[in-house]
Amino acid sequence: MLIQQVFNGLALGMGYALIAVGYSLVFGILRLVNFSHGSIYAFGAEMAMVFIGFQFGIVPGIIAAMVLTGILGVCIDKVALEPLRKKKSMPIASLITTIGISNIVTQLLIVSLGSEKRNFPALFNFGSIQIGNIAVSSTQIMMCVVSLALMMVLVFIVYKTKIGLAMRASEQNAKAANMMGINVNFVISFTFFLAGVSATIAGVLVGSYYQIVYPNMGYMAGLKAFAAAVLGGIGSLPGALLGGLIVGVSESMAATFLGSTYRDSIAFIILIIVLIVRPHGLFGRKGITKV
Amino acid sequence: MKLKKRKVIDVSKELLLEVNNITKRFGGIVAVDNVSIKVNKGEVVSIIGPNGAGKTTVFNMLTGVYEVDAGTIVFKGEEIQNKKPKHIVEAGISRTFQNIRLFSDLRVIENVLIGAHIKTDYNFFQSVFRTKKFRQQEDEKLVEVIKLLKSIGLDHRRDDYASNLPYGDQRKLEITRAIATGAELILLDEPAAGMNPQESAELMAFIRHLKNEGYTILMIEHDMSVVMNISDKIYVIDHGKPIAEGLPAEIANNPKVIEAYLGGVHNDAGDK
Amino acid sequence: MTERIKKIIDTESILPGKSQSGMLHNIEVFTDRYKFILGVILAAALVVLPFVMGDQYLLTVTVKIGAYAILAMGLNILTGYTGLVSLGHAGFVAIGAYTASLLSVNAGADFFTSTLAGMVVAGLVGVLLGLPTLKVTGTYLSIITLGFGEIIKMIAMNWSSVTNGTLGVKNIPKPEIFGIEMTVGNYGMYYLMLALVVLTAVFCLMVVRSKTGRAFQAIRADEMASTMMGINITGYKILAFVISACICALGGSLYATVIGYIDPNTFNFDVSTLILSIVILGGMGTIRGMFVGAAILIAFPEVSRFLMEYRFVLYGVILVIMMRFRPQGILGWKSTLPYKLNSKVRAEIEKIEAEEKEGD
Repeated sequence: MLIQQVFNGLALGMGYALIAVGYSLVFGILRLVNFSHGSIYAFGAEMAMVFIGFQFGIVPGIIAAMVLTGILGVCIDKVALEPLRKKKSMPIASLITTIGISNIVTQLLIVSLGSEKRNFPALFNFGSIQIGNIAVSSTQIMMCVVSLALMMVLVFIVYKTKIGLAMRASEQNAKAANMMGINVNFVISFTFFLAGVSATIAGVLVGSYYQIVYPNMGYMAGLKAFAAAVLGGIGSLPGALLGGLIVGVSESMAATFLGSTYRDSIAFIILIIVLIVRPHGLFGRKGITKV
Repeated sequence: MKLKKRKVIDVSKELLLEVNNITKRFGGIVAVDNVSIKVNKGEVVSIIGPNGAGKTTVFNMLTGVYEVDAGTIVFKGEEIQNKKPKHIVEAGISRTFQNIRLFSDLRVIENVLIGAHIKTDYNFFQSVFRTKKFRQQEDEKLVEVIKLLKSIGLDHRRDDYASNLPYGDQRKLEITRAIATGAELILLDEPAAGMNPQESAELMAFIRHLKNEGYTILMIEHDMSVVMNISDKIYVIDHGKPIAEGLPAEIANNPKVIEAYLGGVHNDAGDK
Repeated sequence: MTERIKKIIDTESILPGKSQSGMLHNIEVFTDRYKFILGVILAAALVVLPFVMGDQYLLTVTVKIGAYAILAMGLNILTGYTGLVSLGHAGFVAIGAYTASLLSVNAGADFFTSTLAGMVVAGLVGVLLGLPTLKVTGTYLSIITLGFGEIIKMIAMNWSSVTNGTLGVKNIPKPEIFGIEMTVGNYGMYYLMLALVVLTAVFCLMVVRSKTGRAFQAIRADEMASTMMGINITGYKILAFVISACICALGGSLYATVIGYIDPNTFNFDVSTLILSIVILGGMGTIRGMFVGAAILIAFPEVSRFLMEYRFVLYGVILVIMMRFRPQGILGWKSTLPYKLNSKVRAEIEKIEAEEKEGD
């Protein structure tokens, strides 16, 4: 029972980790909590659903959804956030803007697709593997495999490519990076694109796991993934993965052993404890007070 | 402006601040190593040294921002090292910052009133119910603050927002705010930084004025014309270590100091 | 009068940026000069409003606006003045609403006693939530408040023996004064709301215009500099949390009795962001802005019913556009009038100035 729940939690946690990556990447560069990310995740899942419905193949459909969602992320930044950066507005203005955007995206989804839950095809259902009395479904295995692969791709992009170097430079000091000839605005756009793409993959995986998607699916998942990102140390990719797994496992444990009404809050309890003990998360860096 | 000579500088030189061999380490780096400073009442004492010598770190230890790893800080006969900033301000030490840190979206008068925070004596409930004590204290502090602004020559800027002041006035306001805490010892962190020669000359006159008013000043400064002209005593530190102390004339001719400033450049260039 | 105008012109000449904000300055001078008459007119209008309005539905919306104005004033102390952004204030609203409702439903306590109890509980929890400010700052603190809001919701959901779980609390009684039940129908609820709003506003004003308020604003502007002024940063941050929590609990209790029914989902993350949006839209760090912000954001979904589902899209658009073009909020401006000195202080200053002249 316990080990079974750990496995269920790990699969779920991989999904959170993929959403958490989006929070983490954007926070790393902009020091901004992008509250619209949950709605971007829902948008990605819904678009995948729509494109798969067009019957031109599942994989091309998912890729189309990924690209479209990535573009949505870039547009959000260009239309709403970049002007605020140019004006050097207060951080809270950007925060409220992302809350507004989240509203716009979710409500537009509701207006155009309806607010009801729709069946999402079980994409990776090839039965399940039985090890002792633990059942691991192929969907869960796929979730882990795809998520880990994507994580590795992201780590490769951030640490081994030129654009990744530019991302890390912009994260350290955007002004200096700009003076070194890095097009910081392009780096930010690219980051939003990556965040959108990984959110879509998360949406597809989680959608096919539960076999439902709906416009508000990003609300709770977004908040919890955000908790995961902070938990691991926001701005750190391994941190997002670890945070996602912790949130996923604790959630599935809480749901089983405490009752389903606890599942949504356990992440926040862990989050608060971790932040009080380690104010910058598990993998976060600490700075010295400069006067 | 009328200068009131309230206190004649005491010939017996009453010791106000005594820093004994303080040390600060960050990880393996010793930022401040065995630095000792003595400041007498009514003096203007300067700390100089190349960039990164650990001067601001000394200030941060004096004001409780950093903990002291070794050594003692004695102010008015009482050990104050590792006390909270609040207690150090209450004891009578106040400071300004290298990069001006005003409450920029508040007015000049509000900035100085915040400086008078610890001297404003009423509690939360007295303020909510607007008791007599509250009104009396507020009126008293307002008058005091306006008097202070007048004596410093900032009163015509009273209603302005701090961010709207010209640079020189912002420096002055920051010092005024420090004075308003009731401090006897004012620490100035590079007050002349970013000033043109005329502004520094004005600042010098201002610091002299403060000295005449009876304040004791410990300052970090790079502008040698300011340091040499108004200091009673100068301490030189380099790489966290004290290398010289004395009267301005002594320091100007000290070979060690000249080497720290000029020789250091050669060494650095050689390293690269 | 001419003396006074001369004085205003005098001060005008020393205030920079007067040309760009000339109209604002004129409005401020005007409202300042006629503030007594304007105040009387406003008070009269607010008192006769229910008779003019008459309609039950409009009145309920108005009372809701009042309740949200209280909530916004509460959050404003924390976010507007002290600069700590809370994303979980629905938690305090829930504590106030639940404590008060449960006391009046189960123990038969009257509205005022139970509301007070709710405020005390919220205040204590406020201390608890304020404690992490010792170590955690900025965005991370906001995240803790977000978690706090979710945890309060979880407690409301799971502590069924007390809170009745997901079923919520039903039939919350209306407040009574001298045995008369105050409902929306007999305008009692409206006047109760009005009284509480005025009380809260006066309280906030008293706090803000004191050394406490100055300490809050100093912390918002520059924490390190505030420390060096001898301000007990943690103490004042916790105080801001407590004041904010108490006011929000008051608003929550009022809200619960107006609506008559609460459940854990009445106080979700959307409520927290709605309160925050009101504060920002109205103008952070102003009290006047809270009324305008609440009026706009609460009335908006009601008056725009003809837009159907699109009104919620529009709500997001309003937030985005506001942040882009007026991030300081609708009524968020810095006063261009001179700092107010009372007659006693002014007399004292004139005396000093006269002495100075003699001395020369």
